[in-house]
Amino acid sequence: MTASERRDYDLAVIGGGLVGSAVAWGAARRGERVVVLDEGDLAYRASRGNFALVWVQSKGLGMPEYAAWTKRSSDAWYRFADELRAATGYDVAFERPGGFHLCLTEKELEARAAMLRRLHNQPRMVQYPYEILDHDAVAKRLPEIGPAVVGASYCPLDGHCNSLRLLKALHAGLKSEGAAYLANRGVQVVERREGEFRIASASGELRAGKVLLAAGNGNARLAPMVGLKAPVRPQRGQIIVTEKVRRFLDYPIATLRQTDEGSVLIGDSVEESGFDDSVGLGVLSTMAARALRMFPRLAALNVVRTWAALRVMTKDGFPVYDQSESCPGAFVATCHSGVTLAAGHALFLAPMLATGALEPELAHFSARRFDVSQAA
Amino acid sequence: MFRRLHEAEGKAVTLTVDGRLIEAREGDSVAAALLAAGVAVCRTTPVSGAPRAPYCMMGVCFECLVTIDGRGNRQACLVRAEPGMAVATQAGKRELER
Repeated sequence: MTASERRDYDLAVIGGGLVGSAVAWGAARRGERVVVLDEGDLAYRASRGNFALVWVQSKGLGMPEYAAWTKRSSDAWYRFADELRAATGYDVAFERPGGFHLCLTEKELEARAAMLRRLHNQPRMVQYPYEILDHDAVAKRLPEIGPAVVGASYCPLDGHCNSLRLLKALHAGLKSEGAAYLANRGVQVVERREGEFRIASASGELRAGKVLLAAGNGNARLAPMVGLKAPVRPQRGQIIVTEKVRRFLDYPIATLRQTDEGSVLIGDSVEESGFDDSVGLGVLSTMAARALRMFPRLAALNVVRTWAALRVMTKDGFPVYDQSESCPGAFVATCHSGVTLAAGHALFLAPMLATGALEPELAHFSARRFDVSQAA
Repeated sequence: MFRRLHEAEGKAVTLTVDGRLIEAREGDSVAAALLAAGVAVCRTTPVSGAPRAPYCMMGVCFECLVTIDGRGNRQACLVRAEPGMAVATQAGKRELER
């Protein structure tokens, strides 16, 4: 019997969050025998704590390829949501009405406009429209804004979805494709031996022809085991959620959105706090105060919960997609935009893994970019 | 469905529920007044539209949400019935009032 016949799976995906699940579902649909190894309920699980924007504007300053990859995923999102619904029956409530980034001072608005100009002036930058709007122009589309809103940037490609249902749908999709999902399998060791990968957890070992590391912040530890690098760190974001109300907001805002079920989410804080995922009143009250200046009517709403989650962040803020030279068949995927990029991961990245090699388009995302010594 | 205990007798308080006059007793919570008046469903849920009624009567379960004097999602069990109060049962999500 040859090694490939004894193999348990074609592809083992380590990590059952949005990144791992999207790629695993995409690969399983292409006929790969897929296993997903997930941790348990004590895992940090950024995929269960995110803000659920499908966001394009302002991404990619310093790496225009990231802007292009983001736009490609955003453009594919309707198709992705349709295919997911056809396969699983779940409507993940994707909408793409365009999104606003509201500014509360002239200085903020000027800085925003200047940043977007720099972004779009980059060589090789993908083309897409955006607008800088003053208060009156914003009020035409967002009549509920308060007088404190000076202006906004708007991009028609921005949208949002129900990300908890997205995760559920992807897991349902995995099941219906016959992929194996193994919970409570925190991976201890991955190694390549005799042309295949041995993946060891406390519950035993399994073997696969290829392996994708999609373990979020866990990738930093796992990647070197298969000749890869994933220099990522946790970055905390806090979120406030209100009681559900009738729809009053038709567009997502970078820091505030109304969900398909009516809750208002307020988020987008950024803190360097290691693996501490606790919430703090200081940050939460600042977020709430800014939200009230944007939409004074929110003052009537009760807050029902707050939480914090940990983004998976690289030094430059861009994703890592890489394939191992020393351990062919080992891949890593890590990003802080598992919702936005879910369509790209399922529809474009998964087929690459099924074929066994990343396309040149993704070469810019290799972690080798961190090795380059600064120009002398 | 509910019968008032002898000890809970008190001065009558009149309020409206969805425009209909009901009589409560001084000291009743709005939730108690609704139950005593035979209002079996105080709201439907925001997502599935399932019917709900007061349950824990002590502020914990949030099942008894109603609109009181124009403000939605009030916990009826934590609000005392007052003369002239306008209570409305709620269909799904509350409005974000102005």
